[in-house]
Amino acid sequence: MVNTKVTLSGLTLDNPVIPASGTFGFGYEFADIYDINILGSISCKGTTKDSRFGNPTPRIAECTNGMINSVGLQNPGVDKVMSEELKKLAQVYSKPVIANVSGFSIDEYAYTCGKIDKAPEVGLIEVNVSCPNVHNGGMSFGTSAESAAAVTRAVKAVTTKPVYIKLSPNVTDIASIAKACEEAGADGISLINTLLGMRIDLKTRKPVIKNKMGGFSGPAIFPVALRMVYQVYEAVSIPIIGMGGVSSARDVIEMMLAGAAAVQVGAANLVDPFVCKIIIDQLPEVMEQFGIENLTDIIGGSH
Amino acid sequence: MNNGIYKILLNERIAKDVYKMILGGDTSAITAPGQFINIGLEGFYLRRPISICDYDDKTITVIYKVVGQGTDELSRLRPGHTLDILVGLGNGYDCSKSGNAPLLVGGGVGVPPLYNLCRTLIGHGKKPTVVLGFNTADEVFYEDEFKSLGAEVFVTTVDGSHGTKGFVTNVFDEIDYDYFYTCGPMPMFRAVNEKAKTGGQFSFEERMGCGFGACMGCSCKTKNGYKRICKDGPVLEREEIIW
Ligand SMILES: Cc1cc2nc3c(=O)[nH]c(=O)nc-3n(C[C@H](O)[C@H](O)[C@H](O)COP(=O)(O)OP(=O)(O)OC[C@H]3O[C@@H](n4cnc5c(N)ncnc54)[C@H](O)[C@@H]3O)c2cc1C
Ligand SMILES: Cc1cc2nc3c(=O)[nH]c(=O)nc-3n(C[C@H](O)[C@H](O)[C@H](O)COP(=O)(O)O)c2cc1C
Ligand code: FES
Repeated sequence: MVNTKVTLSGLTLDNPVIPASGTFGFGYEFADIYDINILGSISCKGTTKDSRFGNPTPRIAECTNGMINSVGLQNPGVDKVMSEELKKLAQVYSKPVIANVSGFSIDEYAYTCGKIDKAPEVGLIEVNVSCPNVHNGGMSFGTSAESAAAVTRAVKAVTTKPVYIKLSPNVTDIASIAKACEEAGADGISLINTLLGMRIDLKTRKPVIKNKMGGFSGPAIFPVALRMVYQVYEAVSIPIIGMGGVSSARDVIEMMLAGAAAVQVGAANLVDPFVCKIIIDQLPEVMEQFGIENLTDIIGGSH
Repeated sequence: MNNGIYKILLNERIAKDVYKMILGGDTSAITAPGQFINIGLEGFYLRRPISICDYDDKTITVIYKVVGQGTDELSRLRPGHTLDILVGLGNGYDCSKSGNAPLLVGGGVGVPPLYNLCRTLIGHGKKPTVVLGFNTADEVFYEDEFKSLGAEVFVTTVDGSHGTKGFVTNVFDEIDYDYFYTCGPMPMFRAVNEKAKTGGQFSFEERMGCGFGACMGCSCKTKNGYKRICKDGPVLEREEIIW
């Protein structure tokens, strides 16, 4: 019998497979099609202080082995997320979940994280710093070590649960940003968020996505994600949740060898709603195939 | 929603760039006319949403137009080929909304979902009138099929090469109806909304990530709040639509 259990800052997961934020809603769409209690955890839809509609449509474009989205953090706001969405999820999922929080100012991050920290369903807070800072000309918090660290400090000051900072890959030196977050008190690092991309329609000669650009994800970004997890693993000693293009049990193992303690699956859920179940079902077999007894043993095993 | 492997039983051209495909497999997840399926295609990352034109216990019929690389690939697949499909997506039309005289208005590849709707309404003892709008004669399809169901059928073409010249709304004055159901392009929707005198339901399209409510890729604003075209739609009530 192989052991698929992994631990994130004291939180033990039955397996490292976690649906990524924004690709699994608040879980219950999937609970209709399989028992989602098999999942290691769930990273919930990005939550903000106030309710958001998000960006205009079209919000979705396709590309070779991937997709581009500009959903724009549509969510009902932290109060409704806590009073409705997390309650509904708790009816179909009994393990601690990951709250994914976004903000457009440091105060907003602190406000929303401080609130959601009190939700009994939440075991870990993932802070998405890929959002534009409205007080700094719209530059994303995740693009500088200083602003990512400032968000980390503000969130850590108002929370009790483990805080993981989810980094943007649209930077030149991801390791230094991860390091700055660690020094500011982060309990872990999640990466990667989507890469900035776009498509143009040949017939209309206009961008496919109404907002012109969007977040590129799916299997096509796996090598980039893997490389960044590898670099961050060398720079920090806190746990890493790796993601970006993961679609199979083999991808999970490769991500863990690069340094991930757990793995998230994003876009793949949209094209195959059963993908997380399939990965979890296949994991023991693939572990055996590669002579892995305890999954935790291989974290960072390629370094 | 059901996810399964479906076998192509037929895939033939029925009008200019328009193909009819019959798929064999489980249809138990289909609950209403106007629902759609999401077809996985080898070599394409996202699935292609296509309306259910008709179905029985073992087969699903769809009609699609070749507009890009995915539908072009679909048109090249031969009977016997299998496809990975999500079936029974979306809310579909509410047949109970209409009285005895429903009006069905389809434009181009908006026509297909009206076929099973028409059959279902007739099954409920109602007397639907169908208006099918196309640009030109060689795009026309399913006129006879609707007639065979027993519906009264009007066809309009923009260039007048078949049926009444002009738009679908040009024939509305000749028809007595108590409710309407429509599917087609946005300009047609605007014209129908301006001309129609009763309540009705519109079936919308949007670019989709998942097709089953998980990604928020297809959201729109309605008078009843934000809705996902794939899950809370594709059919919306006339009164809730923000034009
Ligand atoms: C609920 C619903 C029902 C539909 N029913 C039918 C039908 O019965 N018959 C029919 O011919 N067409 C129908 N369509 C439109 C059909 O989905 C598109 O024509 C098709 O996806 C185009 O794929 P492509 O690869 O050929 O085009 P490309 O432009 O190469 O596709 C690129 C991407 O854009 C998406 N896309 C392009 N056009 C549309 C569109 N109009 N709507 C949604 N996504 C689009 C594709 O799915 C793909 O992800 C329906 C769309 C929706 C949303
Ligand atoms: C439709 C969609 C919505 C997303 N929404 C969020 C979000 O709300 N918050 C967030 O931190 N990341 C969001 N992401 C990013 C994913 O969580 C993930 O980091 C990224 O897509 C890379 O993984 P993948 O290649 O497996 O999709 C979203 C991605 C997609 C495709
Ligand atoms: S396409 Fe994903 S929610 Fe509608």
